[in-house]
Amino acid sequence: MVNIAFFVFAAILLASAVRVITAKNPVHSVLFLILAFFSAAALFVLIGAEFVAMILVIVYVGAVAVLFLFVVMMLDINFQELRQGFLRYLPVGLVVGAILIVELGFLAATQLVGPIEAAGSASAIPPASELTNTQAIGHILYTDYVYAFQASGLILLVAMIGAIVLTLRSRKGVRRQQIGQQLDRKRDEVVALRKVPTRGGV
Amino acid sequence: MLEVGLSHYLILSAVLFTIGVFGIFLNRKNVIIILMSVEMILLAVNINLVAFSVYLNDLVGQIFTMFILTVAAAEAAIGLAILVVYFRNRGTIAVEDINMMKG
Repeated sequence: MVNIAFFVFAAILLASAVRVITAKNPVHSVLFLILAFFSAAALFVLIGAEFVAMILVIVYVGAVAVLFLFVVMMLDINFQELRQGFLRYLPVGLVVGAILIVELGFLAATQLVGPIEAAGSASAIPPASELTNTQAIGHILYTDYVYAFQASGLILLVAMIGAIVLTLRSRKGVRRQQIGQQLDRKRDEVVALRKVPTRGGV
Repeated sequence: MLEVGLSHYLILSAVLFTIGVFGIFLNRKNVIIILMSVEMILLAVNINLVAFSVYLNDLVGQIFTMFILTVAAAEAAIGLAILVVYFRNRGTIAVEDINMMKG
């Protein structure tokens, strides 16, 4: 059953990956990218890495893919123009892709035959009856890799500030509320009482 | 029934990596698709790391997967921010027009 599920999810993953790079409409590309990430998350669940799978769904589908979708829909671009030269680049891409896949296959054929050694006790995966995947990751992430964890937090902070600084702009001609001015107003300056005679006008 | 092992995951990630690289060549003009291809390449790397982590019985692979995820999210945010600013200034995102810094 697990085997069938693996092949189904792998086929969906590869098919949607192909559609990401060949779709005419970039919105469809983003939606197929979401499908690819979902299939990859399902594969991670199958292999027993639940926490990474959930993080993949939350971070990629929930944040990155939505960001892509937002940018694709916000920019008013003629995407047909951008697809010119699609066929011109096809042969080069095919050659490079073929070379790459042959190289990777060659590497796999030569390297993966040897026996696989299990890890030492420090970071070995505990059996699921003792600790869940999330707990086991937490035990290692917050002890041995705490500095790397802090550094990744710093990376996210820098990315956030960078994105804000890049896209923030001060527009001209925008009227803003000036609270100081509002509070400085005195009644005498702005209100005048007039005695208006009947039929006289002001 | 064929037993799924480490090599299946490695083949899958190799093919996904190749599709990603192929996508960069295929969509030379569209930066958004290129960024998506980079995301797919990073996903292939993540699959590799998680597969090795499980079959070598070592959790460090899954921890590094999360670091890669962090960097990928940061890269996507910055890349798309640059793209938005570029589009605001130039009105296009065609890659071959981006040559202002060429000497």
